Amino acid sequence: MTRIERIRESLLRGFPDATLSLEDESHLHAGHAGASTGRGHFRLKIVSPAFKGLNPIARHRAVYAALGDMMQTDIHALSIDARDI
Amino acid sequence: MDALERINKQVTENPIIIYMKGTPDFPQCGFSSRTIQALNACGVEYAYVNIFEDEEVYRALPKFANWPTFPQVYVKGELLGGCDITLDLFQTGELQKMLKEAVGAKKAA
Repeated sequence: MTRIERIRESLLRGFPDATLSLEDESHLHAGHAGASTGRGHFRLKIVSPAFKGLNPIARHRAVYAALGDMMQTDIHALSIDARDI
Repeated sequence: MDALERINKQVTENPIIIYMKGTPDFPQCGFSSRTIQALNACGVEYAYVNIFEDEEVYRALPKFANWPTFPQVYVKGELLGGCDITLDLFQTGELQKMLKEAVGAKKAA
């Protein structure tokens, strides 16, 4: 399973009813300091009723929680657009 | 003073502070750079910490805030967010209001 597939799978485990789009933007950052760790840059759009009533900080934290250790092992940067509708 | 105490002191003493990669004049990461541009556009004074120059803070900050990435912007001791949230708030005009209020509250105190 590729890295992006594993990220997608973790997100869907945390947010089973979500629709999401995930793009690997690592190529845009090749050569900069973060890229040398081997971890990637990703852009996520995620829509789930689970975000209802949560402020932006809480939405981002919920996404980070679903990704768990991958934030340390696989992901250097993640741009998040989390909505409830 | 350990790193967590140092962070606590920094976010308490500075009404606006950004933990970033590099400096406002020479950001070393695109996300830090975009966040700094939004802060600068608000026309208020802010403090910054270059996390590359304080390895302990670099490692302690994600635990302090329960937030794994950089940059991190704090307003009145609370985490405002990273790049995405700060830019969203800037685009809706809320950031300008929040930052001016934070600086004003400090001056009045």
